[in-house]
Amino acid sequence: MLSESLVLGEAMHFNGGDIIFQLVMFIILLALIKKFAFGPLMGIMKERESHIANEIEAAERSRADAHKALEEQRELLKQSRSEASALIENARKQGDAQREEIIAAARAESERIKEGAKIEIEHQKEQAIAALREQVASLSVMIASKVIEKELTEADQQKLINEYIDGAGDQL
Amino acid sequence: MNHEAPIWEFAGLDFNLANMLMITIASLIVFIIAVASTRKLAMKPTGAQNFMEWVMDFVKGLINSTMDWQTGGRFLLLGMTLLMYIFVSNMLGLPFSVVIGHELWWKSPTADPAVTLALASMVVGLSHYYGIKMKGPKPYLKSYFEPFKLLFPIKIIEEFANTLTMGLRLYGNIYAGEILLGLLAGMATNGIGGTLGAIVPMIAWQGFSIFVGAIQAFIFTMLTMVYLAHKVADDH
Repeated sequence: MLSESLVLGEAMHFNGGDIIFQLVMFIILLALIKKFAFGPLMGIMKERESHIANEIEAAERSRADAHKALEEQRELLKQSRSEASALIENARKQGDAQREEIIAAARAESERIKEGAKIEIEHQKEQAIAALREQVASLSVMIASKVIEKELTEADQQKLINEYIDGAGDQL
Repeated sequence: MNHEAPIWEFAGLDFNLANMLMITIASLIVFIIAVASTRKLAMKPTGAQNFMEWVMDFVKGLINSTMDWQTGGRFLLLGMTLLMYIFVSNMLGLPFSVVIGHELWWKSPTADPAVTLALASMVVGLSHYYGIKMKGPKPYLKSYFEPFKLLFPIKIIEEFANTLTMGLRLYGNIYAGEILLGLLAGMATNGIGGTLGAIVPMIAWQGFSIFVGAIQAFIFTMLTMVYLAHKVADDH
C-alpha cells in the first residue's frame, strides 16, 4: 500500500489546476513583494551605496586638501625660518658695524679730551711759572732789603739785586 | 500513510485544495516576513533589515557567480522570492501535518510534483523568454546548433531534462522527508516502546529536514540562475 502511494498515488491525478494556481500565486507574490518589501529595500541599499561612495569621495577630497594645506604650511615655515635667519644675520652685521662706529667715536673723543687736557696743563704751567717768578722777585727783594738794609748803599743794593735775579732766573 | 488528496474539479482541471491552501499560506508567510522586516528602512540597518539585506547579498552572490551583474541584476528579485518561498514551503511540512477525514490538508506545498514542476517550468520558460529578449531570436535559435548541428536533439532533450530534474529533485527531497516523518510519527503513536524509540530519530530527522529544506531552496535558486545565465549570457 505504501509503495503504491509512492509510485502511483500522485501519478494518478494530474493536478493541472495546482500548476496554474502555483504560477498565479507566485507571480502575485513576486509583484506584491516587489511593491511592498524588496523594492524599498533595494532603494535604500542603492541609496546607502551612493552615500558611501559620496562619503569616500568627500574623505578623499578633504585628505587631499589637508595634504595641500600641510605642504603650504611647511613651505611657509621654511620661508619664515629663512627669513628669520636672514634677519638675525642682518642684525648681527648691523651690530658689528655699530660697535665699530661707537669704538671709533669713543677713541676720537678720548683723543680730543686728552689733547684738551694737555693744552690746559701747559697753560696752567705757564701761569704758575709766571706767578712764581713774580712772587720770587718780590720775596727776594723783601728778604734782601731786610738783610742788607743797614750795610749797603742804594747803588750796591741795586747791583746785588740784579745779580740775584739773574741767578734765580737761570735756576728756574 | 495513504492519505487522499482533496480534489476539486473545475473547468476540466483538477485542483488539489490542500495544495492551494498551503501555497497560499506559504506565500502569505513569505510576504509577511518580507514586509515586516522592511517596515523601518534606515541607512543604518538594524535587526530584521539586516537579515533581509543579508538575504539580498546572498542572492546577489549567487547571481554574480553565474553571470555579470549588468545582465543578472534584473533577476535579483526573482531569486530572492524563489529562495524565500521554497525555503518557507519546505519548512511548512516539518512541524506537523493535518489529516481531516482521510484527506491530507497540511503539508509542504513543495512535497507535490505538480507544484515543484510548475516552479521549474516557470524558471525554464523565463530563461527562454529572456534568452530571446536579450540576445534576439536569431542568436537564440542559433544557440541550439552550437557548437555543432548534431547536438540539436540533445539540446532539445536537455531543456526538458532540466525542467524535470529541477522540479523532481525538490519534490523528491521534501516528499521523502515528509514520508519518513510520517512513518516516525506513526511509530511514535504505537505504544510506549514506539514513542521512546521514535523520539531520537524524529528529532534527528527533523533537524536534517531543516538542513535539506535550506539546501534545496539554495540549489533551486542556484540552478535558476545557472539556467538563466546559460540562456542570457553571450559567451556560451
